[in-house]
Amino acid sequence: MSRRNLFTYGAAVTVALALALFIGWWRVDGPGAPEPVAQRPLPLTQMEFQMTDQGGETVGPASLLGNPSMVFFGFTYCPDVCPTTLSDISGWLDDLGEAVAEMNVVFITVDPERDTVDAMAEYVSYFHPAIQGWSGTLEETARAAEGFRASYEKVATDGDYTMNHTASVFLFDAEGQFASIIDYHEPREFAAPKIRRVLARAEEETS
Amino acid sequence: MKSTVAAIALAFSVFVGLPTTSFAGSEDIVVEDAWARASIGINRPGAAYMTLRNTGTDPVTLVELETPLAMMPDIHETKTDANGVSSMGPVGEITIPAGESVALEPGGMHAMLMRLQTKMVEGETFPLRLNFADGGTLTVDVPILGIAARGPEG
Ligand SMILES: [Cu+2]
Repeated sequence: MSRRNLFTYGAAVTVALALALFIGWWRVDGPGAPEPVAQRPLPLTQMEFQMTDQGGETVGPASLLGNPSMVFFGFTYCPDVCPTTLSDISGWLDDLGEAVAEMNVVFITVDPERDTVDAMAEYVSYFHPAIQGWSGTLEETARAAEGFRASYEKVATDGDYTMNHTASVFLFDAEGQFASIIDYHEPREFAAPKIRRVLARAEEETS
Repeated sequence: MKSTVAAIALAFSVFVGLPTTSFAGSEDIVVEDAWARASIGINRPGAAYMTLRNTGTDPVTLVELETPLAMMPDIHETKTDANGVSSMGPVGEITIPAGESVALEPGGMHAMLMRLQTKMVEGETFPLRLNFADGGTLTVDVPILGIAARGPEG
């Protein structure tokens, strides 16, 4: 190899290396990086937490087995996202009619300090009668969120506080397997078909 | 005569969305589809929604809200990140470009009504004053719908 060829070869290797590094950066940290994807919830059978429902009954993930379920997190001092989610869900339940009789629909508070059992009971009474309101201790709330891979955070406002929280709706089949997720920002007309699919699957399994 | 003037003034004051003073810019703002949800008591903050339409040829900036209903009204925006986590916070001012509309709607922006002074009762209305950067103001009578309302039609 002549000296000149050696130089060309060296330059080519350097360029290739730099390109590989650049592509690596682009895909991992750069603009080509995949959007962070929320983790999927655990199956209900692997979750462990205890709460109280709007009627004062002790409930937990095992209470949801046997029927498909729809679960979401929120808090009643939430002026925008939570009433909107509850109204949307009430609308879907109205559309689905009789089929929802066999479905668990649960609103879990991320703010149990303000959302007592009574507060939850009053709040859910304004929406579709199938919607339950669960409230637990701070510790049990944390355990529930962990199982659903949901997150929440207390944020101080002027002399008060609000909660940032996962606004997605989680769907589970009758065996407690995670089936689907309805994101808050996805077009709402996609929601009913997702719920219908979970309900249809439950029917197939029982027949 | 005096009473006639008062009656006319009163009749005008009940007009929804009539600018109280004439200002270039903000007088071209038309408010449509205003609504709010009823509240449970006064401890929880309320939210109101509407569409601000700028029929003029200059951009108009909304800088502040005022209402006897709440001590701390503010324009808020809800954001949902890639992980599905929603948060909300003040947006400061809203500029409505000439000939365009800006919607305050569920999941987007809302008039956040903090420190309610009275309960928001379904079927009632409350006045919400919009203060614009050019000094103009507009008072909107916001109808209060049910707690489970999804839009201006209920
Ligand atoms: Cu807000």
